Amino acid sequence: MDSNGLMQFAGAVASGAVRVVDLTFTLSPDFPVIVLPPEFGQAAPVRIQQISRYDASGPAWYWNNLTFGEHTGTHFDAPIHWFTGKDLPNNSVDTLPVRDMIASACVIDCSAQAAKDADFLLTIPVVEAWEKSHGRIPERHWVLLRTDWSKKGWRDYANLKDDGAHTPGPDAAVMRWLVEERGVIGFGTETIGTDAGQAGHLEPPYPAHHFLHGGGRYGLQCLCNLDQLPPTGAVIVAAPLKIQNGSGSPLRVLALVPTQG
Amino acid sequence: MIEPIIKPRRKNPLQRTRLPTSPPRARSRASHGFTRAASEGRFMLQRCGACGTFCYPARDACPTCLSADLVFADAPRRGTLLSETTLHIPADVHFRERAPWRVGLVAMECGPKLVTHLHADCEEGRPVVMSFQLDKSGQAVAFAHPERETPNMADDRQWREMTADPKFRRVLVTNGRSIVGQEAVAALKAAGASIVFVGVAEPWKPFRGEDALRALEGVQIVPLDIGDEKSVADLAADIGGKVDILVNTTEHVRAGGLLDRQGTSVMRDEIDQSYLGFVHLAQAFGPAMRMRGSDGVNSAAAWVNILSVYALANWPMFGAYSASQAACLSLSHSLRAELRPGGVKVVNVFTGPLDIEWFQTVPPPKVAPRAVAAAIVSALKRGLEDVFVGDVAEDIRQRLAANPKAVERELGA
Repeated sequence: MDSNGLMQFAGAVASGAVRVVDLTFTLSPDFPVIVLPPEFGQAAPVRIQQISRYDASGPAWYWNNLTFGEHTGTHFDAPIHWFTGKDLPNNSVDTLPVRDMIASACVIDCSAQAAKDADFLLTIPVVEAWEKSHGRIPERHWVLLRTDWSKKGWRDYANLKDDGAHTPGPDAAVMRWLVEERGVIGFGTETIGTDAGQAGHLEPPYPAHHFLHGGGRYGLQCLCNLDQLPPTGAVIVAAPLKIQNGSGSPLRVLALVPTQG
Repeated sequence: MIEPIIKPRRKNPLQRTRLPTSPPRARSRASHGFTRAASEGRFMLQRCGACGTFCYPARDACPTCLSADLVFADAPRRGTLLSETTLHIPADVHFRERAPWRVGLVAMECGPKLVTHLHADCEEGRPVVMSFQLDKSGQAVAFAHPERETPNMADDRQWREMTADPKFRRVLVTNGRSIVGQEAVAALKAAGASIVFVGVAEPWKPFRGEDALRALEGVQIVPLDIGDEKSVADLAADIGGKVDILVNTTEHVRAGGLLDRQGTSVMRDEIDQSYLGFVHLAQAFGPAMRMRGSDGVNSAAAWVNILSVYALANWPMFGAYSASQAACLSLSHSLRAELRPGGVKVVNVFTGPLDIEWFQTVPPPKVAPRAVAAAIVSALKRGLEDVFVGDVAEDIRQRLAANPKAVERELGA
């Protein structure tokens, strides 16, 4: 692309011809985080401690100290997050190629199925049906699973029962297939993880983590506003914090959407 | 005959909230033997080791034989009210605004005579039962009770100054997710609290007992994550002015000491939940409570901590937890001193291992959560400051008094 093209793009963003959709939840202490059995180490919740607010601790300035786990809020999973990706090169957020932080997306709308069944699993036939309407998923694209889960209240969003969380996600076969047959750059969801709430009982357990990160691909979770994206044609900007050897990070996820087809 | 107190009306917003005042506070060092007795609900007098004489007030030598061997010992509580005096216009600011105030002279069956505050049902010439109480200045004073229970006894105006009775008071229980928290809510409601606010962190996580808690009358569930400074500040902004009793039922118990734990994240959680949670609560709720110590029938009255008795002596099997509890104990002494100008008591309820999931592998005796709740209410009604619940806590207390080094070795064996 020449510089004119890039200038044109910037102009389109400025004029609104390219719409910028924020796919990010506000990073706040109230937002549900992944719950592991209590004997495991836990993700530190988001904490915001005020240093000063135009007061005796700092008369002219307002600022906070933050603490949070790498996997809190709307966040990015790097390959090093899972054991399957631990030995890959450039597998952490500080070393992954920056060009991967901008990529197109295919959005598969399963909101109707998820509304009926909290344990809905995305399968290969569902994706194949989507491809019939929208074309084959191109390589190095994000696949984003729209479930409208992000529109729920926090309790229904986490949907914890006495046998664990019940939230939609992908089955094992489709994850392997998306990575190996479609070459996706990553997989994104509206739920607390890229995997389904009951994915610990799938084979292998947590297949999205298993296959994505084993294949050097990425995860995005706790996304919102997926209902504002077209099935194809949106470009995702997802640049995690450059945390040394980081396994992931909260981040701002933006989608660039053309206003005219 | 005591008229029952009535539920206070809503405050007149045109009237200034009366600021707390302290009764005379100066005491000799020897007199703090009474402070100790009052804080634990015991009745102790100095007794001469040489001749056995009980004496009062605190002295440095026996009034009978001049021996210096005076030791505080539990003493018989019975006596006779020799005379009573009603002060109508005391010179002291604190008592002046509480006048008329009755005091009396009691002859103890065990010997000495005590100047004492009087329950309204005590009559001249009749037997009385004595206790030491912590007054609004936190110092020990003698208090005479009628020999037998009388109607509405706990509603006596002078007695209520010595206690933090939950009746008609508004209570915040900080953690409704725990069984101890839920038992505390039920016990405080049964004790007549007009409303119990119950904090629930991460309300998107269901918990055992939730439906029953939500169904209780006069109980209001509020969002409260004490590890989060803003959550605590937000709740205080809403209800800080009407929390008369705060019961911190935080429960974060993890086994392990130093060497078998990797990294510091478990320690951090312990400190966040126990110590920093305490700090957040104190900074958000403490100032208003201190200011409201004289605010009528439902004045701010008490702050309750539930502490592991291993705050006093480290139990290495739960070594890091013990250390976090020790930090909370130390902080509670600071809070006690800082709330004292408001006449607000800080009650520390020490327990051994509780009969809860996190002490599953610990053999009995373990303390039932209901027993902790009962101890909290009892401490508030009796105006106590240090309470030991269950055999383990009492055992540790006695062994520490005898030989702290032996306790250290034995807990670490």
